[in-house]
Amino acid sequence: MIEQAIVSRVLGTALRTGGDFAEVFVEDKRSSSGRLDDGRIEELGSGRDRGAGIRVVVGDTTGFAHTADLTENGLRSAAEAAAAAARGGGGGVNTVDLTPRSVSSQPVATRPEEVGKAEKVELLRRADEVARSQGGAITQVSASYGDSRRRILVANSDGLLAEDDQTRTLFVVGVVASGDAGMQTGRRSIGHTMGFELFDRYQVEDLAREAAEQALTKLAARPAPSGALPVVIGKGGGGVLFHEACGHGLEADHIQKNVSVFAGRVGQQVASPLVTLVDDGTVPNEWGTFAIDDEGTPAQRNVLIQDGVLTDYMWDRLRARKEGRELSGNGRRQSYKHLPMVRMTNTYLLDGNGSADDIVADTPDGVYVAQLGGGQVNTATGDFVFGMTEAYLIEGGRITEPLRQGNLIGNGPKVLELIDAIADDFEFGPPGTCGKDGQGVPVGDGVPTMRVSELTIGGTAA
Amino acid sequence: MSELLEIGDRIVAMAQPGEQIEVVVGRSTSTGVRVYEGEVERLSSATSAGIGVRVVSGQRQGFAYAGSLDPEVMADTLSEARDNATFATEDHWLGLAEPDDVAVPELDLYRESLTAVPTDAKVDLAMALEKAVRAQDRRISGVESANYADGWSEGAVVTSTGIRTVGRETSCYVSASCLATDGDDTQTGFGFAVGRTLEDLDIEAAALDAGRRATRLLGATKPSSGRVTVVLDPYVTAQFLGIIGSTLSGEAVLKGRSLFADRIGESVAATGFTLIDDATNPLAYSASETDGEGLASRRNVLIDGGVLQRFVHNAYTARRAGVTSTANAVRGFSSTPGVGCRALSLTPGSKLQPELLADVGEGVLISSVSGLHSGVNPVSGDFSTGAQGLRISGGEMADPLREFTIASTLQKMLSEVQAVGADLEWLPMSSAGVSLVVGDVTVSGS
Repeated sequence: MIEQAIVSRVLGTALRTGGDFAEVFVEDKRSSSGRLDDGRIEELGSGRDRGAGIRVVVGDTTGFAHTADLTENGLRSAAEAAAAAARGGGGGVNTVDLTPRSVSSQPVATRPEEVGKAEKVELLRRADEVARSQGGAITQVSASYGDSRRRILVANSDGLLAEDDQTRTLFVVGVVASGDAGMQTGRRSIGHTMGFELFDRYQVEDLAREAAEQALTKLAARPAPSGALPVVIGKGGGGVLFHEACGHGLEADHIQKNVSVFAGRVGQQVASPLVTLVDDGTVPNEWGTFAIDDEGTPAQRNVLIQDGVLTDYMWDRLRARKEGRELSGNGRRQSYKHLPMVRMTNTYLLDGNGSADDIVADTPDGVYVAQLGGGQVNTATGDFVFGMTEAYLIEGGRITEPLRQGNLIGNGPKVLELIDAIADDFEFGPPGTCGKDGQGVPVGDGVPTMRVSELTIGGTAA
Repeated sequence: MSELLEIGDRIVAMAQPGEQIEVVVGRSTSTGVRVYEGEVERLSSATSAGIGVRVVSGQRQGFAYAGSLDPEVMADTLSEARDNATFATEDHWLGLAEPDDVAVPELDLYRESLTAVPTDAKVDLAMALEKAVRAQDRRISGVESANYADGWSEGAVVTSTGIRTVGRETSCYVSASCLATDGDDTQTGFGFAVGRTLEDLDIEAAALDAGRRATRLLGATKPSSGRVTVVLDPYVTAQFLGIIGSTLSGEAVLKGRSLFADRIGESVAATGFTLIDDATNPLAYSASETDGEGLASRRNVLIDGGVLQRFVHNAYTARRAGVTSTANAVRGFSSTPGVGCRALSLTPGSKLQPELLADVGEGVLISSVSGLHSGVNPVSGDFSTGAQGLRISGGEMADPLREFTIASTLQKMLSEVQAVGADLEWLPMSSAGVSLVVGDVTVSGS
């Protein structure tokens, strides 16, 4: 993307006034999108974003600058600005020797940029047709397609030079149904770190059908209960629970600033012994997968909780350096305009030994959550919420009436200990975007069917 | 003349017969400082620029953007947009905005003085904020971060239909988040101050807020479930108003996703509820002279004394609805214009929060909410969020509460508004805050 000799000189410029570490991050991202709504292909869009972010670290201070000017002059100006911002002093180096690292990017069978726009538009039409044909109560359908190709180059003053080529493809269907009690919504999405072959693996017709079914089912939804009840979470997207209950709390930046309830607890029992939780950026084609993170560290599989015992946090370069330990492949950033920080990749719960049917049958009264929305957490107190976008009452061990949308709330450490059943039907969930400190990054998650013996449900039914 | 206008002119001049072109060009410079324990944790500074080109041709629309103002890249962007247009569905309602007879207001949003402030002064401000937060209370055990950020930006909209506007603004803010500890118990708080230039920033007020928010929740317990009257703190109300605003989007109405479709002229809220969207108000953080299509900002009364007056529109949704644009096109340069409220506020009432609490007698004061994006559905009207706050007992703030949710529906909450406070606050978001009393909300705890 940029000649190695230029990168070496730019790093040299960054360190000319001193510094412990300097890094050049170059990104070239091209994306295309299409949207259908109200029966019309509204528009196709294309985008191009290209630039470099340069940081210089002096002690505990990071100076950062970014530029869209990728000429040597442009890069060196940004390097000087970053160096000035780091407020170092004293002598430095003139150039940095780099050793290129070999990287295997996630394979792409069909490059989306080589697929004709007409073919992408056709996907939207197919989804629209099927969704609308699911019933007269379907009153609106929207569908969107997106693909992006993100090429990155990372070089730093430790001599690292590595590149990655990341392609992501995404499809979303949203449906509105109308009935006597008002309107309801259904939504299905698929997204993977792969090319257009995504649509050989999944049929958009199935997504459309499922989204429509969800909206239609919810037309009969009654207010959700209010108060604490056992909650069974269906396989797939329930990983959001872990993402919020402990995922953010296990990020080393929160740990080091002592704003996490999991600080100082490595080696302790933090969850039910049934729980083994993994963060893994190597899962083939998952939404949060990459070959190298945005600091050049290879993705890896990290066990965070083993049989309920906390084994490790997640790290980025600065936090790992402060702790004097190796990297874990969790240094990510939204774009070249942003500084990296500790982020999750694909966070998931390993299979247990139970059966999904038995878990439900064994729950006299509770709530079954079939699909989760997003969530939010306060890592310092441990309180977290997640949304239920499709849920049902469990009565006498059977799944009965659909429930209206709402949030569930709990306290991370407490909830993890209350997990009392895990089935053997693991699945990854739909693609997600994790937001932290104003930056969004793509993440994956997954769970087998599982039960929490008590969670507070934010419904309106007494 | 503005370089951005020149860029817009050049691209628009390439419009072919029968083709409409709209160019949105923006450039901004921003600086951010984060301090931690008396040291600079990070300092960033950069300039960004970008261009978005929308083409309407043969009743079809196409769009492309680029994060650069390089002439070669811009030419590519125009041809991408043209190509994209050929794949859209024909829609005879399509078309760019056209100049209307509303004069662009002259808002004083740019302070030259901000652009001359040396970096050291910005660092000093963040340091002063951190110190001030720590000094609030001996139970403040840490300041997770103290931040300063500013930016100045310029944006232009030029179209082949005769729109040609450029505007610029400066803004800055400080924020801090802190921890309060008492024995085993930890709570968090945040505070911020916003302005157009450094002198506008009230560090003491931001520190006071952060400290107060964190310490008053110490000892919080989980409440039992039940139906109560709640008083929303101003920041919470601002978030609630943002959601209500989205249900009044002309696009949502058009596409059958609005709860309030066909209800203009009807009572949709309590009589004390008057909701206004006014991006011409220079006190509003999100004020600007024109909307995302270059039309003059104007004051729109959305709900008056509880009665629904109008929806908000951009040029397209207005055309389809048979009305004129309310100048509510919202966008960045990397997308086509959507429709959204730009600077919402409620007409304030006459009582400050303590008096409202006294009137309520028994209930819950909600100091923060979470999970708005996952528990609120503006199409179905379901409203369910995580919450923290304090019990209202005997008309006063009593024991702190945590780990509960509040739930109702949007329609019900609007009709159950019992009072609007007098404590209007201009916040760094597109709605202003004010205390709001809402009846019959379900609290879920134990």
